[in-house]
Amino acid sequence: MTTSDVIQILIFIALIIGLTPILGNYMNKVFSGSKHFMLPVLGGLEKLCYKFIKVNLTEETNWKKYAVGLLMFNFFGFVFLFMIQMFQANLPLNPEKLPNISWHSAFNTAVSFMTNTNWQGYAGETTMSYFVQMLGLTVQNFVSAATGIAVILAVTRGISRKSTDKIGNFWVDLSRSTIYVLLPLSILLSIVFVGQGVVQNFKSYETVHTLKGVEQVLPMGPAASQVAIKQLGTNGGGFFNANSAHPFENPTPFTNFLQILAIFLIPAALTYTYGKMLGSVRQGWIIFSAMFILFLAGLCISLYSEYSGNPVFGNLSHMEGKEVRFGVAGSVLFSVVTTDASCGAVNSMHDSFSPLAGMISMINMMLGEIIFGGVGAGLYGMVVFIILTVFIAGLMVGRTPEYMGKKIGAFEVQMAIIANLVTSFAILVFTAWASVSSYGLSSLNNAGPHGFSEILYAFTSAAGNNGSAFAGLNANTIFYNLSLGIVMLIGRFGVIIPVLAIAGSLAKKNITPSSIGTFRTDNWLFIGLLIGVILIVGGLTYFPAISLGPVIEHLLMNRGIIF
Amino acid sequence: MSTKNNKIIFDKKILLQAAKDSVYKLKPALLIKNPVIFIVAIGSVLTTIIVIAGILQSDFSIFNLQIAIWLWFTVLFANFSEAIAEGRGKAQAESLRNNRTQTKARKLSGKQEILVLATELKKGDVVICESGDAIPSDGEVIEGIASVDESAITGESAPVIRESGGDRSAVTGGTKVISDRILIRITTEQGNTFIDRMIALVEGAKRQKTPNEIALSILLSGLTIIFLLAVATLPAFFGYALSASGLPSSHNLTIPVLVALLVCLIPTTIGGLLSAIGISGMDRLIQRNVIATSGRAIEAAGDVDVLLLDKTGTITLGNRMATDFIPLENVSFEELADAAQFSSLSDETPEGRSIVILAKEKFNIREREVHQLNATFIPFTAQSRMSGVDYKSEDGKFHSIRKGSAEAIRNYVQNNNGFYPVSIQEIVSELSRQGATPLVVAEDNRILGVIHLKDIVKGGIKQRFAELRKMGIKTVMITGDNALTAAAIAAEAGVDDFMAEAKPEDKLRRIRDEQANGHLVGMIGDGTNDAPALAQADVGIAMNTGTQAAREAGNMVDLDSNPTKLIEVVEVGKQLLMTRGALTTFSIANDVAKYFAIIPAIAVTLYAGNSKVGPLSVLNIMNLGSPQSAILSAVIFNAIIIILLIPLALKGVRYKPVSANIALSRNLLIYGLGGLIAPFIGIKLIDILINL
Repeated sequence: MTTSDVIQILIFIALIIGLTPILGNYMNKVFSGSKHFMLPVLGGLEKLCYKFIKVNLTEETNWKKYAVGLLMFNFFGFVFLFMIQMFQANLPLNPEKLPNISWHSAFNTAVSFMTNTNWQGYAGETTMSYFVQMLGLTVQNFVSAATGIAVILAVTRGISRKSTDKIGNFWVDLSRSTIYVLLPLSILLSIVFVGQGVVQNFKSYETVHTLKGVEQVLPMGPAASQVAIKQLGTNGGGFFNANSAHPFENPTPFTNFLQILAIFLIPAALTYTYGKMLGSVRQGWIIFSAMFILFLAGLCISLYSEYSGNPVFGNLSHMEGKEVRFGVAGSVLFSVVTTDASCGAVNSMHDSFSPLAGMISMINMMLGEIIFGGVGAGLYGMVVFIILTVFIAGLMVGRTPEYMGKKIGAFEVQMAIIANLVTSFAILVFTAWASVSSYGLSSLNNAGPHGFSEILYAFTSAAGNNGSAFAGLNANTIFYNLSLGIVMLIGRFGVIIPVLAIAGSLAKKNITPSSIGTFRTDNWLFIGLLIGVILIVGGLTYFPAISLGPVIEHLLMNRGIIF
Repeated sequence: MSTKNNKIIFDKKILLQAAKDSVYKLKPALLIKNPVIFIVAIGSVLTTIIVIAGILQSDFSIFNLQIAIWLWFTVLFANFSEAIAEGRGKAQAESLRNNRTQTKARKLSGKQEILVLATELKKGDVVICESGDAIPSDGEVIEGIASVDESAITGESAPVIRESGGDRSAVTGGTKVISDRILIRITTEQGNTFIDRMIALVEGAKRQKTPNEIALSILLSGLTIIFLLAVATLPAFFGYALSASGLPSSHNLTIPVLVALLVCLIPTTIGGLLSAIGISGMDRLIQRNVIATSGRAIEAAGDVDVLLLDKTGTITLGNRMATDFIPLENVSFEELADAAQFSSLSDETPEGRSIVILAKEKFNIREREVHQLNATFIPFTAQSRMSGVDYKSEDGKFHSIRKGSAEAIRNYVQNNNGFYPVSIQEIVSELSRQGATPLVVAEDNRILGVIHLKDIVKGGIKQRFAELRKMGIKTVMITGDNALTAAAIAAEAGVDDFMAEAKPEDKLRRIRDEQANGHLVGMIGDGTNDAPALAQADVGIAMNTGTQAAREAGNMVDLDSNPTKLIEVVEVGKQLLMTRGALTTFSIANDVAKYFAIIPAIAVTLYAGNSKVGPLSVLNIMNLGSPQSAILSAVIFNAIIIILLIPLALKGVRYKPVSANIALSRNLLIYGLGGLIAPFIGIKLIDILINL
């Protein structure tokens, strides 16, 4: 590693730690409805919004109504996105005259963007019209992220309130997240991107003559505005097929750095907001620390593995699948962050990474996308693990388990287990299915354990609502489009619904005042416990699968066998 | 019930019975109550079928047989742990049952007495019991007073007094009247009497899962399903790897191996021991002579963070003691002490006795023989509020000494044209401020001084409260005393808070307030007045000497009627929860080592190429002998650890009154870290033994 690599990583860490309280504090003001500096600017838009959807700002609902609102909203988003793909040839803003999209790909893409996964079985520039990209995909980029924030807000209220069944108003949470958080940050970031050379236009594709004298088609389009939200909302769906490796989507090392930063920005800051809303900023930092330690561990292993190189090629750190302008460090950092945070944007091909770096990407996703995780989703996923940790270890202090004064009973444990179970189910069962069926195996580009890793990665990515791909797999088939679509739905709503149920149940409970006899969740011991439970309960399930994929591949590579 | 000799865990008779029971418990209807162990049983059946099928096809596999045997042992060991916990209770129940059966009752029908079987009594019937009669059922004394031998339930041989009216009216079926005659109204239907409930409780027959146990069972079932998924999908992953390594699919994992992996991964240790932990928690309470009406109450006891304690009997000894004599300026210590002692000589109340003793100890004033002194003693009455002595001195004059409350004595001397000095008033209020009771002494119409009567705080109670504070439990003293007195005693005893001049309804209100603020409240009480508060409290312990109403209202009964018991009950509750948590953590932490034993063993052939062993063999960090011995060792360890942990499950983890953080750190170090490391060592040792 060069000095500049190290400095880049250190600046990244410093900025994340520094920006977390600033943005976190701002979001606390936004979501608790107090005064903040954006209110005079965008307050009118918020009011207009409520008028339009006829929502009473002060009316709060129980968790079931909250969940129904959320599901309905997402369902209509899905239907709209599905329909405009099916009929994009008849719709405006399609200068390339791109044809309608196959039903299964449209299904997959609609589910993918609605669930904040942004798995892309298609290539953006040759498939989607500007109309679909802007009104379909970009809109979902905003609202799927806002949905995640809404869920964590409901959870936070469930924990902080007592003896009530009201956990908030979904429409208010959705509107505020979009209007005051996602929108201004996206506008700011896309302006910087445009300044750095990310394209933003409605032109048709340009044909140019290269120096070699051959013709090349340069894709165009409103990229900058979509790229900003794809990073900020941990969506990850690229405007172009090459995603953030494409020079028009991620032209410079500076935009690369900003894109990585943008992925972690909101999920990290939400930990602070969470602490603030619970009346204990420390609690927020505790969660931040647990996430941060897991992030750092993954980053170190990946960097080590990538810089060790491949003994078959003489142990040089390899550049296959990476962009020269980002280098090894810029690519590895991106890969770790994007898989930690359920973003799924890529600036390099994870398929070409060393087996262990590829494994880290997978483990990051398998743990349930809780290392900062998706916007809102990472934190509520973490709350599920906190509940399990508190329940398992909390008994050891001689009291029935409690978190933030809330007793954790059978219902919460049941819901937490369901949230955990559905992801394991989706990853393991579908990977098993694909790895023994002909329609699953026919999409493989690589043999041996690497091929297995490709399948495992795909379903892990879908279940974790990540959306990044190992790229070796041809996923635009009926089998993969449908199965991955189903897995994305399970991974998203199979977690959201139990989590909202937990919020509803906790809200009803009284708060036990903490004392010296209370199991403490705000010290280093708890961080250690939490990480332990995440690794053992969340991770151990995948030990056999990981062993048969990247671990074997790594060991074989050391024996001189590659795939 | 004699419980003192029941502390031996492995009594031969109990062991034998438990071994039998563990086979009986293989009944599917019983097994399914424990999902984790049920899954193991299904695996055992599957493996056994495969072994038999192998024999029939003359393809016998000794490895499969061994796996099958150890899987069955896993199930049996889990059953055994439950059976042994129940067995200890069953022995106690047996002796209780003997007490109950053949009792005859003298039922009063109108004015006639008829002899009926105790089992035929109904609620509301009235029976007569005379000395020598066994009390046929639970009831309330409605007429008379009697001494009753309650050793059958309390183990205490000294008889107790039971009388109509007041707070000592409840009698229990199975106890014996020793003297006198009482009329008893039966208050409980047959089959639901105290002894019936005790039998059911100690046998664990009606044991229902407690809320925390239910939640834990859900967690364990959930983990079981997750690991079931991990194991069930493995053949598919494995099949892919086999074809990629160029091996035939017939090399895929066999069902016995998959079952072995599954059984090792699912939380069998805690799954097997869970009910033993619950039963033994109840048992530990019974050993302390406390009967809980539900396991839920024990759990709540661990959670209690506010204790309401009656001052008298719990914090202070029941009686005040003289600790000092304070004479007026012109009176000598000796004169006051002498008068005080003289007036108390025939006062048999503990206060009176303490005055005599203090005078003797402090001024060496010996006791005089009362009848030689030609003296008449005036006993204390509620009207006069003083007691004393009238005597004729050597010079033939009559004198009278009186001691009593300040007000009573003032009236007394002033009526005798005496003078009540201001300085005495100062002493009296100073003593009151300290929480003491001042007893003013006067001879004829002259005030001599004051006896300092003090509420004696029980020895060691302050330390007890300090321990409770360390555990985060707040203590509240309840007393009828005025605020001044209460504050002083509260300070001396080290309670966190007190309620002075408390009426029963204040207690109830206080409990409701604490609960509204999220606290869980424990209290102990005996009177009918206490019943609502006992019912409202999260843990309400009724004293066995108390009224039937109190006993019905609480969720525990203390057979010793010792108010300090509340603290022990809290400790039992905490220990129970800790044991559950510690073994859960241990069980889950075990999985890491088991993976490292089994995964390299099953994957040894994969991608082996020309070399003998595949790349995943590097995960065999324990360097286990062979793939088969590795799998077998893991399964054997998994089974044996259940047996090894039975004593811990029954006794509970070591308990010390410390803060949550310290308790957690210690338990985590022993059971978390221990749970990670122990199986590595255990599996390696078993593997060495197998390969000898």
